Amino acid sequence: MLNYLINGISLGSVYAIIALGYTMVYGIAKMLNFAHGDVIMIGGYVAFCTTSYLGWPVIPSVLVSIFVCMVLGIVIERLAYKPLRSATSLAVLITAIGVSYFLQNIALLIWTSNPKAFPNMVTLPSLVIGSLQISSVALVTIIANIVIMIVLTLFTSKTKMGKAMRAVSEDKDAARLMGINVDATISLTFAIGSGLAAIAGVLLCSAYPTLMPTTGAMPGIKAFTAAVFGGIGSIPGAMLGGILLGIIEIFGKAYISTQLSDAIVFSVLILILLVKPTGLLGKKINEKV
Amino acid sequence: MKKLSKSSRSSFVNYAIVIIFYIIFQTLVSAGKLSSSLSGQLIPICTYVIMALALNLVVGISGELSLGHAGFMSVGAFSGVVVATALQDVITLSPLRLILAIITGAVIAAIAGTIIGVPVLRLQGDYLAIVTLAFGEIIKNVMNCLYIGADSHGLHFSMKDGNSLNMETGGTVIINGPMGALGIKKISTFLSAIILVLIVLFIIQNLVNSRAGRAIKAIRDNRIAAESCGLNIMKYKMMAFVLSAAMAGAAGALYALNYSTVVPKKFDFNTSILILVFVVLGGIGNLRGSIIAAAILTVLPELLRQFQDYRMLVYAIVLILVMIITNNSKAKEVFGKTLAKIFKRPAKGQA
Amino acid sequence: MSENDNRPVLEVSHLGIDFGGLTAVDDFNISIAKTEIAGLIGPNGAGKTTIFNLLTKVYQPGRGKIILDGKDTAKMNTVQVNRAGIARTFQNIRLFDKLTVEDNVKIGLHNHNEYGMWSGIFRLPKYWNEEKKSHEKALDLLSIFDMADLANVTAGSLPYGAQRRLEIVRALATEPKVLLLDEPAAGMNPSETAELMENIRKIRDRFQIAVLLIEHDMSLVMGICEGIAVLNFGRIIAKGTPAQIQNNPQVIEAYLGKKKGVKP
Repeated sequence: MLNYLINGISLGSVYAIIALGYTMVYGIAKMLNFAHGDVIMIGGYVAFCTTSYLGWPVIPSVLVSIFVCMVLGIVIERLAYKPLRSATSLAVLITAIGVSYFLQNIALLIWTSNPKAFPNMVTLPSLVIGSLQISSVALVTIIANIVIMIVLTLFTSKTKMGKAMRAVSEDKDAARLMGINVDATISLTFAIGSGLAAIAGVLLCSAYPTLMPTTGAMPGIKAFTAAVFGGIGSIPGAMLGGILLGIIEIFGKAYISTQLSDAIVFSVLILILLVKPTGLLGKKINEKV
Repeated sequence: MKKLSKSSRSSFVNYAIVIIFYIIFQTLVSAGKLSSSLSGQLIPICTYVIMALALNLVVGISGELSLGHAGFMSVGAFSGVVVATALQDVITLSPLRLILAIITGAVIAAIAGTIIGVPVLRLQGDYLAIVTLAFGEIIKNVMNCLYIGADSHGLHFSMKDGNSLNMETGGTVIINGPMGALGIKKISTFLSAIILVLIVLFIIQNLVNSRAGRAIKAIRDNRIAAESCGLNIMKYKMMAFVLSAAMAGAAGALYALNYSTVVPKKFDFNTSILILVFVVLGGIGNLRGSIIAAAILTVLPELLRQFQDYRMLVYAIVLILVMIITNNSKAKEVFGKTLAKIFKRPAKGQA
Repeated sequence: MSENDNRPVLEVSHLGIDFGGLTAVDDFNISIAKTEIAGLIGPNGAGKTTIFNLLTKVYQPGRGKIILDGKDTAKMNTVQVNRAGIARTFQNIRLFDKLTVEDNVKIGLHNHNEYGMWSGIFRLPKYWNEEKKSHEKALDLLSIFDMADLANVTAGSLPYGAQRRLEIVRALATEPKVLLLDEPAAGMNPSETAELMENIRKIRDRFQIAVLLIEHDMSLVMGICEGIAVLNFGRIIAKGTPAQIQNNPQVIEAYLGKKKGVKP
């Protein structure tokens, strides 16, 4: 029981880190970056290549993975999303789906569809408290999650760049008039979100060590669910939503049905949206008439 | 009255395209001039044309993005197979069985569409898209655990495994969880597929050019103005969504009864996206475009087998480019100029 | 004032709404007679459009009562209010851009043109009869503004002034008892405004309806309105005939500021 809870929180922490990326991008660019899940996968592959092929130690290979994903995030935004700033949300979403497919198929060409066995990046002994055993991966994931949450909250509330991000998400035009470089701020947001995706990729693959071009898709969608669950655009919301979703999934698998676990997760999303369309911690936005 | 004749003229051109397509390929098949791999694609082509038309009704006419249409196809496919297999000994006339299977597929998918539509259509934009995606996944998940069998007592259902169906000996398992439906009698024919395409086309075209279709388009263009004109938003959104689900269900039944086995995994998110690609490339809201794009893009991979690996990659790039070119005035201009350049040169050379 | 029907069709009392603690409209009272042309004026941000949004239930009022032709609209939503008899135009034009001009008007006629989905799909006789009727009606309504020849043009491609006029025709097509016009003359030149004025009067006389309009163009307001209400900071500061309003010191103050501040 307690073990399930720890597993749930650990899986939920991965969702939460991914959901943060979704939520930040949604808050600023008002778009659902469907390709976010696939950035996770790219992050996983980069870390896999540096450790397995080049034999790098863990820390530098994670850093390289983060760097590659940040650059990727900026490039995606500049090439695919920026030309569509004034387009309908339907057009932007279809484009994002296109980007997602593009990344998956690029990965398919480079790394083929054969699953790669991801090396365990966290080679510490498990923590044993009485009958309770917590794997080091779970522990690191949870700690990483807490650190990221604190750093991001401080960043958005205390630093100049963080404040610029919040200003852009409130009102792009007003922010521009105040001398904020909107394009740079949006790029920065994509970079941070994608960097987080790389961390999530490494943690996810350490816990579930099979890596395929489609690895990121399902966690990506679930993390989006988590972001919506917590209230999209809200950083604590993403955290709360992610962890709750992880717990629901693990308990669903354990007590209801392994095969139906995804169905359970998505049913929860639908229920939440019906009862509280803005999520747990989200705020309502009205269209001006 | 001039405008009416213009839209009906365009409708008749669409019927003509479908009928001419049938005549050409039927002649080729009877003359034995068509390779077996290509003639095997005729019913899938029709299926995808119907799927593209159905999705266009939601995306193009009603203006909502659905990412779960393969789910309705799945529901239609398996309910169609159950009906066709269960009635195998009762109704020996296979066209009649096919009709019943398609109608059942459409009705069950319409019911699924109603159940999904009521909550989903209250949401807007990205939320709606993601929830339809979630529903598509739920349907796939449930279908993966669904076991249906038939014996002399009637139909048996289970969500656990084949043994818990509790059938008497001699009963047949029609749907076997993740293995899907096995040993289906192929009763779909090219002619029936073409007729179904024509029916779907007839329904959508006449709907679009009538009072209800006008309302659906008005809600797409401006929801608040539509409300202020006294239009019942939910009613018309539901109408488009449920009709579309029913058509997808009918297409699913047609598709499944063309193969001896069908697995639930066939109707996953990738299939939903594939259909979306047809709709986007054919032009959102453009029915003729959907027909042509679905037909060509279903056959093309068969013809270009050596490029199989790059197919989805090319789809992805084309999807992004089409969206940018159609939605960004600067990109549109650049694209128009290059196009003009490309087409000018050979013309000059000839002169 | 007018020789037309003087019984009230719209009676609004103590109407108000707050947005997050900020009072946008408070204690708004107005009574409009069955065939009256009334004006609602006031500086920018006074809450004029908010009142339209309250009357049409785009916002649910926080306080007050709206009685339309003897019926309380408290439990109605936007759609029901329209069916009960209030139609409006929008300050920021909201047409069905991709539909033709005629189809825009036909959307207005939607609830008076009854045939179901299946009659439409199978082209039953009802479809042909009803479509013919609504086609004729749409052209007739468009001819009020001499727009019948534009029937097949896409609404989004019309020039600005024509779009404003089409919105009025569309609202009229829903057969309202009260027509709300939100800045109908915005962006029009003086001769167009004069023509619009004439047409608003024509509409009132022909359809025997009440018109409530928000407008900044004083020549139009003073020219056609029989009663005027002046709004500032969400409250009515003056009510009366055009002549009374023009000489009201409070109104002059609201528009021009206190006398002290204005240079002679």
